[in-house]
Amino acid sequence: MGWGVVGVVALGLLWEGYKAFGPVGGFDVAGLQLLPRTTDSAMPHIADMVARAFQPVNSAPGSPAVWLAVSTAALSSLGTASMGLVLGSGVGVALALVMLRFRIARSAVLPWLILSQTVPLIALAPLVVSWGGRLQLGDLTWERWMSVAVIASYLAFFPVAVGALRGLSSPDTIHTELMHSYAVGWWKTLVFLRLPSSVPYLLPAVRLGAASAIIGTVVAEVSTGAKGGIGRLIIEYAQSGSADPAKAWSPIAGAVVMGLVAAGIVAAFGATLGRFRRNEVAA
Amino acid sequence: MTNATTASVPAVDVRGVTKTFPSRRGDDVTALLDVSLSVHAGEFVSLIGPSGCGKSTLLRIIADLDSPTSGEVSVFGKSASGARRDQDYGIAFQSAGLLPWRTVAANIELPLQLHGMTRPARRARVSELVELVGLSSFASSYPDQLSGGMQQRVAIARALAESPRLLLMDEPFGALDEMTREYMQSELVRIADESAAAVVFVTHSIPEAVFLSNRVVVMSPRPGRIQTIVDVDLGSNRGERLREDAHFFEKVTIVREALHGTPAPHSASRGVDHR
Repeated sequence: MGWGVVGVVALGLLWEGYKAFGPVGGFDVAGLQLLPRTTDSAMPHIADMVARAFQPVNSAPGSPAVWLAVSTAALSSLGTASMGLVLGSGVGVALALVMLRFRIARSAVLPWLILSQTVPLIALAPLVVSWGGRLQLGDLTWERWMSVAVIASYLAFFPVAVGALRGLSSPDTIHTELMHSYAVGWWKTLVFLRLPSSVPYLLPAVRLGAASAIIGTVVAEVSTGAKGGIGRLIIEYAQSGSADPAKAWSPIAGAVVMGLVAAGIVAAFGATLGRFRRNEVAA
Repeated sequence: MTNATTASVPAVDVRGVTKTFPSRRGDDVTALLDVSLSVHAGEFVSLIGPSGCGKSTLLRIIADLDSPTSGEVSVFGKSASGARRDQDYGIAFQSAGLLPWRTVAANIELPLQLHGMTRPARRARVSELVELVGLSSFASSYPDQLSGGMQQRVAIARALAESPRLLLMDEPFGALDEMTREYMQSELVRIADESAAAVVFVTHSIPEAVFLSNRVVVMSPRPGRIQTIVDVDLGSNRGERLREDAHFFEKVTIVREALHGTPAPHSASRGVDHR
């Protein structure tokens, strides 16, 4: 915690230091910009960014403070990302179970999983939106945020599937043979041995998945034009960049805080599973 | 589980078992060659021999963790897999193999829970067992909080949980220091007597085999086969004094000579390096 604070302060000092002493026009070699400009529009003072966060979003009457608008948007995005993470984790664990159960599935599915992550999200977003729009599930109307959650889950499922597969295959021979000697089947071995021993692998995987879900959510909000989320605010505020440069940094800070909160939630969840992580200590 | 008519049936009957492991280069490794052995109900039999003599393989075949290439194995008159499915044996390995996320009590409880015993019955049985292995005050500890010897005692309690008529043990004390080892041997003699179970015990310590067993099966390697079987029978009263008894050393010498294939110098049998 203490060193975290030091890191944040160091970053602030670096920013202000470069702004104070760096070349005003930046530094470029044959038109290639190597160092950024230090003008107020390119690098606003940190104090200005913070001050701007406490001012209203715009001059319209009743406009909320920027920090409030950003927090509301971040909360909405966090909700969407959580949906994506839950969905992605479910799919990831299910895929891992199928790969664990059927050796053929393992060699057939794993390459596709890796391939799936090379598809650019931007290309995927319009597809999901248009498929979602054609879905008819009774009274359910497909909303934009659902598309965003699906895209987030598309990123989140991958680390969970890989981590779960590793964790589920992690029990020692002595333990699998013990279960065999007890003459119990695949399901009981799964519940009593494989799932508990996968926890130390699953938690870091879910942490990665959470980070992926947030990136996926922000990118998907931008590319699907979903309203209400932090992705939308990043674009919106950036457009007023030249006139109001300090404002654009608030949603970026908001996205960072959102990532930290998500990591904190996963860590708190992990703390409740402490007893399954005892094998990280030598037995 | 126990059936009166099975009393005369041997606990383990191995007839002409051969086990070859295929190797990549085509030259198969013969781990066991035409091994026959019978273990009576309630009898304590040790398998001893140098590395590669197939003693662990034989135990694994009896436990149905491996299957023989040829020959037959019956356990209480059933096939090895039938006996495994009926849970006729309890097993303990060289390392304790406890589940790290379960407490001592929950580890001992595992086979009972898997086989659907009710919670109150499980609780009663577990408290009996932790007492039997002298770990009552550690029932709610986790395995990583215990010493190696204590972990091994938990593993033995777990093997005994369903009161099996046969205990299979693969060098369970191999990783323990000498002090703990001798203590565990005395405990095992007591436990085996109390439970009246037959025991097949793999070891490469001569004094351990002699101290524990009714019979010591001496095996030789490449290919693994039974060299000779030494009747020990030091009586049921095997206390610590037995370890210094002349009768004990006599048997140790016999096993040692059988193991080396030549008469060992007499003085060597009194040395300390008997492991």
